[in-house]
Amino acid sequence: MSTPYTLTTRADRAQARRRRRRRQVAISGISTVVLLGGLTARILTASGWPVFRRTFLSAYWFGKSIGGIASAFWLDVRLFMVIELAVLLMALLIALIRTFEVPLLFPVRLLASVYVDVMRGVPTILLVYLIGFGIPTLNLKGLPTSLTLLGGIALAMCYSAYVSEVFRAGLMSVHPSQGAAALALGLTPGQALRHVIVPQATRRVLPPLLNDFIALQKDVALISILGPQEAFRVAQIFQDQAFNFTPLIAAGLCYLCVTIPLTRFVDRMQWRAIRDRGSALALGPR
Amino acid sequence: MSVPEVPLSDATGAPAGAPVLQLRGVTKSYDGKDVLKGIDLSVGEHEAVVLIGASGSGKSTVLRCIDLLEEIDDGDIFLDGQPITVPGLDPVPIRRRLGLVFQAYNLFPHMRVLDNVILGAVRGQRMDPAQARTAGLALLDRFGLADRARDYPDKLSGGQQQRVAIARAMLTRPRALLLDEVTSALDPELIGEVLSLIRELKAEGMTMVLATHEMSFANDVADLVCFLEDGRIVEQGPPEQIFSAPREAATQRFLARLLRREDPDQPLVRG
Repeated sequence: MSTPYTLTTRADRAQARRRRRRRQVAISGISTVVLLGGLTARILTASGWPVFRRTFLSAYWFGKSIGGIASAFWLDVRLFMVIELAVLLMALLIALIRTFEVPLLFPVRLLASVYVDVMRGVPTILLVYLIGFGIPTLNLKGLPTSLTLLGGIALAMCYSAYVSEVFRAGLMSVHPSQGAAALALGLTPGQALRHVIVPQATRRVLPPLLNDFIALQKDVALISILGPQEAFRVAQIFQDQAFNFTPLIAAGLCYLCVTIPLTRFVDRMQWRAIRDRGSALALGPR
Repeated sequence: MSVPEVPLSDATGAPAGAPVLQLRGVTKSYDGKDVLKGIDLSVGEHEAVVLIGASGSGKSTVLRCIDLLEEIDDGDIFLDGQPITVPGLDPVPIRRRLGLVFQAYNLFPHMRVLDNVILGAVRGQRMDPAQARTAGLALLDRFGLADRARDYPDKLSGGQQQRVAIARAMLTRPRALLLDEVTSALDPELIGEVLSLIRELKAEGMTMVLATHEMSFANDVADLVCFLEDGRIVEQGPPEQIFSAPREAATQRFLARLLRREDPDQPLVRG
């Protein structure tokens, strides 16, 4: 049943909306103060707070260590970039081998499956030890002996297995009709992959890809167990000298300085891609 | 905007008298199910052959087999008199001589409209990119889409997307255009713009094979209508005969079913 006249005016509705909005702002403000303020108060008044502060947040040790750590962090950044590039190439290759059935590649495909299973199933730290200390003991000519390089290879092997699964999911999410359209245009299967299927697959898996990038960026610290003086290693040396954990916190800040802008950058890139295509696809740009 | 005229059909290379496309006893099965049970078909120069029939009768499979997207089980397909289904023959150069347009457009969503249109010419035919862009823009302009060249496909209406897909298939000047139910995915008000474009191409002498559910359009554009049922061509003939005086009971049943579904007071073939 509909009434022939309206009881509420436009002004009434606008006022109600404003009231609702004011109430929401008030609730979120109060809950933030209560939760964060309560938590902070609880920590600051804890009996062990002065000890915690001395051990983890010492301004003296922070100032003393940050310079050395930051300059060692440059090695992390370079390592990360080189390893990441290797991971992307290896992972894409593995994903392509596993996704597309070429009879000739059957043994390679089998090998790729085993590789992915093993590399994902083994703790990364074990792989770093195995490659870093194992390869030099073999005493084979032509194999690298630089511990930094070997550590990088171990990480690249581990992460290429993870990232290949991400790529594979992306490749399988591209509808077969896209490949058919590319072939119908007279493209070779290789051209169809390069120009039509891989670009679409990559775009779709950008968020999980970035996730693995960030994980890799932190795991570069694992190379420290082999000896190379990257940021975490340098922080540990300071820690041993000072009996103080603040240098580790300083190293953590260095990692954050890279990962947070990286995340924001990719978020913005995706947002722009969605805007360009005029569709707010919840699953990311196509 | 002044653009060079783009000729749409290419009348070279055919031995005199040979049909552009010929199918002889083509069979195809998927997982033990026979989809095509021996198709014989001949498409002459400048001819439009229309395939009609219920969903699942094999219309799309015929087109996909001609474009070598499916490997046939038996029979032969000839393009300009040359067999193209010989085992071991590289399908890529043959596909470049044909154009296929899909029901769901299948445009590449990550490429702008113009890049969609020129991809086959640039990567397949190795045409100079600048030249391909000029030709692509000219073709888009002819199709009334010049102002959408820099847009991504999903900003376009369905009818515009399908016209882009036709332009994409046409830029390489195929010997024959294969159109697979190109209006089936469109909203009713968008069908007209696509059909009138196809009529135009037909008027210019483009050789084409179409699968369609649009009977009045089939009546308009076809030189030959083939009615498919269960993987066979049950009846073929000029549209006047198929639509006004079908000989086979199966054809009569199919057309009568269509007639009942539409307004029973209307003639089957709308003007």
